[in-house]
Amino acid sequence: MHLMYIILKTNLKHMINRSNGLAVIFAGAVLLCASTGLHANSFQEAGILFKQGQYSLALEKTDSFLASKPGDAKARFLKGLITTEQGNISEAVKIFQALTVDYPELPEPYNNLAALYASQGLYDKAKLALEKAIHTHPSYATAHDNLGDIYARLASQAYDRALQPERANTTAKTKLIMIQDLYEDSARSKIFASMDSAAPNQACLEPCKKLEVAAPAIVKTESKPTLPAPPLASLAADKSNDILKVVKAWAAAWSAQKVDSYLAFYADDFKTPAGESRTSWSAVRKERISSPKSIQVNITNATVMFSDNDHATVKFRQSYRANHLKASGSKTLLMVKAGDKWLIQEERAR
Amino acid sequence: MLPPKLISLLLSCLLISAAQAEPAPPGSEALLVKSLLAINDNQLDIALTEVDTLLHANPNFKLAQLVKGDLLMARAGAINSFGSAPNAPHEEIEGLREEAQVRLQRVLSQTDHKLKPRFLWQMDTQQRYALVVDTSRSTLYVYENVNGEPSYITDFYVTIGKLGTEKVAEGDQRTPIGVYFIKAELPKDKLADLYGSGAYTLSYPNEWDRKNKRTGSGIWLHGTPSDTYSRPPRASNGCVVLANEDLNKLAPYLKSGVTPVIISNQMSWSSEQDLNGRADLLESVEQWRKDWSSLDTDAYLKHYAPTFSNGSMDYAAWAKQKQLVNSAKSWIKVGLSNVSLFAYPEQPDMVVVNFDQDYSSNNLSNRMKKRQYWMKQNNFWKIIYEGAS
Repeated sequence: MHLMYIILKTNLKHMINRSNGLAVIFAGAVLLCASTGLHANSFQEAGILFKQGQYSLALEKTDSFLASKPGDAKARFLKGLITTEQGNISEAVKIFQALTVDYPELPEPYNNLAALYASQGLYDKAKLALEKAIHTHPSYATAHDNLGDIYARLASQAYDRALQPERANTTAKTKLIMIQDLYEDSARSKIFASMDSAAPNQACLEPCKKLEVAAPAIVKTESKPTLPAPPLASLAADKSNDILKVVKAWAAAWSAQKVDSYLAFYADDFKTPAGESRTSWSAVRKERISSPKSIQVNITNATVMFSDNDHATVKFRQSYRANHLKASGSKTLLMVKAGDKWLIQEERAR
Repeated sequence: MLPPKLISLLLSCLLISAAQAEPAPPGSEALLVKSLLAINDNQLDIALTEVDTLLHANPNFKLAQLVKGDLLMARAGAINSFGSAPNAPHEEIEGLREEAQVRLQRVLSQTDHKLKPRFLWQMDTQQRYALVVDTSRSTLYVYENVNGEPSYITDFYVTIGKLGTEKVAEGDQRTPIGVYFIKAELPKDKLADLYGSGAYTLSYPNEWDRKNKRTGSGIWLHGTPSDTYSRPPRASNGCVVLANEDLNKLAPYLKSGVTPVIISNQMSWSSEQDLNGRADLLESVEQWRKDWSSLDTDAYLKHYAPTFSNGSMDYAAWAKQKQLVNSAKSWIKVGLSNVSLFAYPEQPDMVVVNFDQDYSSNNLSNRMKKRQYWMKQNNFWKIIYEGAS
């Protein structure tokens, strides 16, 4: 599961970003790594080594740090990440499990536990862990995203059992083989290779950005069952085809890393995700779209709803892949008609 | 998530169920319906819990798996309609949607169990149970014989022919409508997996079907394949199919050569008219016996319709033969016992009459099981078929 890989990176980032917050929440209970210079250094070194892919050394440093601070949440979490990368899933499961027991308030250990369960095909367990993560932090976007994926996976299993019991069994087998690939051979060494060559911050590509955008607002409420949309008049059907063509062209420009034609899909009054200026948003997009070696954006299950003649909402599932990173999630584009062209006025991801 | 048709069905039926306030029967179907109702109330968590409980016991319940898939998809993102599986075969989704509707209807608008089906005019003492299939409700009802009168025991969801009812020809994928009997039990180990936990052959084509030149054979009651808990309402090639657990529950009520199985387009309930008709018919049967016993051949033959046929003889041939036989007798005695009467579905004035006939005469005696089809013509009951059963 490539997905998990991203989550781990994200969590590491969250973990580091959250360190002040943790100190506040747990006052004296969790000692900050900054409490002694020596330990702080060895922990920081471990983090850097981990990012560089030097897992054995990173583990050594983390263990020596833990020898003096056996309860340290961040160090134990890092150890969980390292052992995951080393393919020691059962050890990683133990570490994250213990963290959920000692720090039931933290969503990250639940989330990573879920990712590990999912990598083993234990989707029901993954679901429970993620639901706990969300219970601790209802707005925790990563857990929501992951839970969405787990729900979709469980749904697809149920659908297979409903419609094609024979197929349900074969897909289960295929999944197991894929997981072994990821942790043991070619797929894994590819990850190392690209990680080694990447500058530290480059690990944070589209998916991280996606999370940052999504994080503040999301308190996902239960999706309500919706009545099927009334059959569109043929005129409306033509219009939605036009819009879908635009959305596909947008994804194609993104995939082809043609920054200028990609940016041309956005309306003049495009609402930037964090309210930043159009110029700085464009600059960040340019940087993120041009830096990966390759990008592939695929769109599935697109639906179009018109609010009036010139405004439409397009919802779809977007799968993004850049170098070794892979992420998928649902996206909503608010489209506006300017002249005879449909342009993107707002882009929401979760 | 649910189609408007289903929602409206749900709502209209909910009112009925509230009025009756009957407790839902336990079992797979009740759990499924609980889940569907929770969806209707937008309590998706409860709906998922119910359907999970059900699937734990019956992982092969395809409709329940589909509902579970929908509930999870609803969490992962909005879904459009019932059965949102990507690339799902339309026909299969439609089948499962129909099953959902039928099962909801079965639980929410239960029939009044005190009512008696009009088809079961009179059961004999050997017929301890009778089955009535209401194909419009995909339901098979079991009635117990209490002093000749039917008394409701239980009912089951059933699957019938892909193309509906009123079978007329071999391969038409329809379920026959009529009065049939369980002929034989075929044990599981002699059957293909398709038939599930067992099969019971039915007497299609019966005498009436033959008279109407209906063809085909092999109409059975049977179970479901091992990977399938239940099949959509219309999915068989004409057989009446039950979930294996239901077939096993039904088995103790069935007796080969005895148990009547009446398959109807729609259940209709016994009325005063039926009671009068029954009394009238019983009187005609008794008069027929008396006329025969008294060797009054003209009076006896008046009980037969001009359209009479026993399969090999028409009315003229029958009359000739009876005159010949009766003229050689100095005395005969006819006794009837175990008389049962089944009003024929879709044939308002036709009744299947079965009895044990005890015949003795100066030169011949025998006992036999006999079946007659009586039809009311110009206000008189006439025999249109007679033969050994």
